[in-house]
Amino acid sequence: MDWTLLILLVVPTVVHGNPTVTVRTGSGPPVGSDQHPNSVPLSEETQTTTEVREVVVEEVMMTGVLNPSHYPARRAATVVQHYLNTRYGSPYRWIFLSKVHSGSAEDVAEMRKYQLELTMQEIISNVSGQCSAELLFPGGEGQSAPQVQASCEGLLQSNTTAQEEAFYQQHRASNNMVSGNDIPDSYGHMEPNMKPFWHLGGVASSFIMLKESNESTLYNMAQVANFTQLETEKDQLRVNYHVLLHEMISQEIIHWKLLVTWSPEQGVQVLQTELQPKCHNCEAPPNTTN
Amino acid sequence: MMMLGLGSVGLVLLSLAVQSGHGAQDSAVWSREETTERNYYTRYHNMSEITAWMEQMKRENPDVVSSMVYGQTYERRNITLLKIGLRSTERKKAIWMDCGIHAREWITPAFCQFFVKEILRTYKTDTKVNEMMKNLDFYITPVLNVDGYIYSWHNESTRLWRKSRSPGTGGCTCYGTDLNRNFYANWGMVGVSTDCCNLFYCGTKALSESEAWAVTDMLGKMREDILAFLTIHSYGQQLLVPYGHPNTTAPNHDELMEVGLGAAMAIKAVHGMDYTVGTSPDILYPFSGSSQDFARLIGIPLSFTFELRDKGEHGFELPEDQIQPTCEEAYAGAQHIITYTHDKAFYSYAATVTATLWTTLLAAWVSSAILL
Repeated sequence: MDWTLLILLVVPTVVHGNPTVTVRTGSGPPVGSDQHPNSVPLSEETQTTTEVREVVVEEVMMTGVLNPSHYPARRAATVVQHYLNTRYGSPYRWIFLSKVHSGSAEDVAEMRKYQLELTMQEIISNVSGQCSAELLFPGGEGQSAPQVQASCEGLLQSNTTAQEEAFYQQHRASNNMVSGNDIPDSYGHMEPNMKPFWHLGGVASSFIMLKESNESTLYNMAQVANFTQLETEKDQLRVNYHVLLHEMISQEIIHWKLLVTWSPEQGVQVLQTELQPKCHNCEAPPNTTN
Repeated sequence: MMMLGLGSVGLVLLSLAVQSGHGAQDSAVWSREETTERNYYTRYHNMSEITAWMEQMKRENPDVVSSMVYGQTYERRNITLLKIGLRSTERKKAIWMDCGIHAREWITPAFCQFFVKEILRTYKTDTKVNEMMKNLDFYITPVLNVDGYIYSWHNESTRLWRKSRSPGTGGCTCYGTDLNRNFYANWGMVGVSTDCCNLFYCGTKALSESEAWAVTDMLGKMREDILAFLTIHSYGQQLLVPYGHPNTTAPNHDELMEVGLGAAMAIKAVHGMDYTVGTSPDILYPFSGSSQDFARLIGIPLSFTFELRDKGEHGFELPEDQIQPTCEEAYAGAQHIITYTHDKAFYSYAATVTATLWTTLLAAWVSSAILL
C-alpha cells in the first residue's frame, strides 16, 4: 500500500528548456562607422542617392591576458606567421600557424603590444616548432606595418638546401622561362612542378600581408592567379606574380601584383608591389552583354 | 550528465560502426558500383551532378529518402532538400542541415553528400543510426545558394564568388547579397554593409533574398519539431555557437558550448585536426542576420555553424584528396551533436522516470529497514 502511494506521489519531471524568444527588429541605436579599416568610405564610392552605411561594432581592444582561442590572439598570431615567412620562407619552406598557447596585449603609448606563445608548423616538411613573439601595432593615423620580433625553436629543422639548390639550378638558365596560372585550381589541384612556385608566391605574399595587417585583419593567400618567370638577374631568379589574397574579416579577395626575386643565398625579396583595382563590372551574369 | 554519458556511449558505438564499415568495404571484392561510389565522394560536383545524385539517392532508397522543393532562387532555380528517415505515421522530430549557402565553399556541398551517403550506408546495420532514423527525419539541403554555386563553377575568375546572384538596386551595379546576413535576426545591425558591392551586403531588407526566405519558411513551419540546426561553411576549422550578434547570450549557452566542445573532441579523434569552439564575436567576428541566429531565436535549441578545413593554406580551394578526411571528421562532429540532441529528446523522460523510481524504491527500502 505504502509503496504504491510513494511511487504515485512521485511525479516524473521532464524538464524542457523553453528558451525565451526575443526577436529584435531591425532598428536599434545607430552604430558609428568609424575607423574600421575595411569600411567603405561614405558617399565617395556611392553610386546611388541613398546613403551607404557600414555597420560595424567598434572593436573594444582586449588588454591583459588573451584567450588563446579568441580572435585577437589568432589575428596577432597570423601576423607572426607572415613575419616568419618573410624571414625564413622559400620555395621549400612555408610556415603556418598551428596553435596559440597563450598571449597578452597592452597599450604602450599610442601603440598596441602583443606577446604570444605559439606553435608554428612548416607545412612542407611538417616540422613544428615553439615560438615566442612580440608585436607592435602602430596606433593613430597612417598605415605603417606592425613590428614583429619572434624566436622559434625547432621550426627550421628541415634541411631544404639540396632541394633549393636543385630548383635554383633548374630555373636560373635563360632558355626556358616558366609560367603558370590558377595555382591551386578550382579543385585545389596543382601540378607537382608548380608547387615550389606556389610556395614562393605564398612567401612573397607574406610581405604584403605583413605590411597590410592590423588588429582587424586576417590574411591568407587564396591563389596564385598567374606567375611569369623573367630573366635571371644578378644571380637571382625573378618572377612576376599576380596573387589573390583573402582577407577574412571583410571576406574580400584582394588582387596584388608583385615582382619577386629569390636565390638560396639571398632568400626571398619583393621588389615591387601593386594593388590591383577591384573590378565591379566583372560581376554581371556570364551570358549578358553589358 | 546521464544524457551526455549516453551520448558518449552512442558516439563510441557509432565510431566503431563507421570504422568497421570501412574495414568491411576495404576487404570486399570491388564491384564497379562500390568503386564508383568510393571515387564519387572524393570529388567536387557541379549543380547538375548534385541534382542527379539527389534523384539517385531517392531511387536507391525509396523507403527512407524523399525530396522536397521548398523555394526558388533569384534565377528561378529549385532549392531542394532530401528528407531522410524511416517512415512513420506519427509526426517526427527533425534535424536540419544546409550546405553551400556561400558559393565558394565547395567542401560544404561535398560534406552534405557525404553525410547522406553515410547515414544511408549505416542505418540498416548500425543500431544507433537506425534508432535515430526511426525517431528523427533529417532535412538536408546539399546546395542552398544554387545560383551562386553555379556561378562559381563558370570559370576560374568566378570561383571565389560568395553571395547570391540577385542584382544590385538603386544604381548600384554589383551583384549578390550575403545570404548569411539576410535573415530576420537583428537584421542589418552588425557586421554588415548596405553597399551592394560589399561581401557582407545584407540586402535591401531582411529576407529580400528568396533563398533566405525559403529556409525561413521551412523553419517556421517546422519549428516545433526541429531539434538541431546545422549550417555548414568553410574555411577556418571552427564550430560557432549563437549568437553572431555581440553582447547577446543564448539562454542555453553553456549547453551549446559543452556540446560544441564535445563535437570538437570527436572531430580531433578522427584525424587530429583542431576545431575552435565559441561564439562568432569571440572567435571570428560579430555579425547579425545569420541563419544560425534566426534558428536559435525561434527556439531551436541546438544551432551550430561549422567552418570546415582548412586554416588558410588552400582556403576555399581545398584539394580533392582532402574531401574524404574533412568529411569524416565533420561527420563525427555532426553525429556528436545529433546523438546528443536525439538522446536528450528521447531518453530524457525515461531516464528521469527510472532515476526517480530507483530513488523511491531505495528510500522505501531504507525506511523499512530502519523500522524493523
